[in-house]
Amino acid sequence: MKIKLNGEEIETECPTLRCLRKHFFPEGEIITIVNGWQTSEDRSLKEGDVVTLIERGKMPDEKSLEAMMAARHTPGVLERLKTARVGVAGIGGLGSQIALALARTGVGCLHLVDFDIVEPSNLNRQAYQICHLGKAKTMALKEEIKAVNPFIEVKTDNVYVDANNAATVFAKDEVVCEAFDNPEAKATLINSLLTHCSDTVVIAASGMAGYASGNSIQTRRINHRFYLCGDGETEACEGQGLMAPRVMICAGHQANTVIRVLLGEK
Amino acid sequence: MIVNGKSILLDGNMTLKEYLEASGYMLSRVAVEHNGVIISKSDYAQVTLKNNDCLEIVQFVGGG
Repeated sequence: MKIKLNGEEIETECPTLRCLRKHFFPEGEIITIVNGWQTSEDRSLKEGDVVTLIERGKMPDEKSLEAMMAARHTPGVLERLKTARVGVAGIGGLGSQIALALARTGVGCLHLVDFDIVEPSNLNRQAYQICHLGKAKTMALKEEIKAVNPFIEVKTDNVYVDANNAATVFAKDEVVCEAFDNPEAKATLINSLLTHCSDTVVIAASGMAGYASGNSIQTRRINHRFYLCGDGETEACEGQGLMAPRVMICAGHQANTVIRVLLGEK
Repeated sequence: MIVNGKSILLDGNMTLKEYLEASGYMLSRVAVEHNGVIISKSDYAQVTLKNNDCLEIVQFVGGG
């Protein structure tokens, strides 16, 4: 029967997982993942199974690495995501976490847009490190993404986005995450993309400051091209800061909505 | 008229711009869908609201 083993289609006569393991890895401690599910139990193999066998603690060759990295994905997800291009407008607290989540999930091309550099006050919620202080956020995040998933393409634009350039900057992105800090900049981007880029889906955020319940952060579908994540209310202002947990919840909503849109969920 | 899922009675003839201002929205922070269409900010003063219209108004708050 035909199965996929560590990213390659093979023909095998092994009837079970245990037999397959013994055949390819007679020795060593082997982690077994079948169709997105990690298991230590034996079961019979069937046509089309996607199997990943990882030798614990060993660095695999580059070809197997990509398959191993996606072994815990829901089957079929990576194939679609690989062909996608997603823009991230602003790579601060929301955008840096969104981009990393999408990189881990294997979105084929990420387009990072920000004009800013990394400051110490960013580190309480943004995915940067001490070594990035003073660097352009686009460069710092590109480095981090490459360290997590070297198999995806990362494009960067070090520009300030406004009503004049928004439609041009994001023209090639099928989905754009709005991840700005400033409410006027958020509204300007959304209005520009929704009125000038007729096919682009926009996933925006509003309301994720403070430490109110994480359960109040939700995703709303305004229409088929406009989704809004957040609680809609909690504003970053004097006396109410922005901190990693709630910002990450909102970023998680946005990144998950990207995946859902790309996979055709309504 | 339906605004953000709630039924309201429209008070006479009003443009979208007048309605937003009268309702306390900050025009620089909103995105508006009128009967399923996103309205360009420059057209707010041209859109006249009617009963049975459906408005979705998103006003952004800061933070990200």
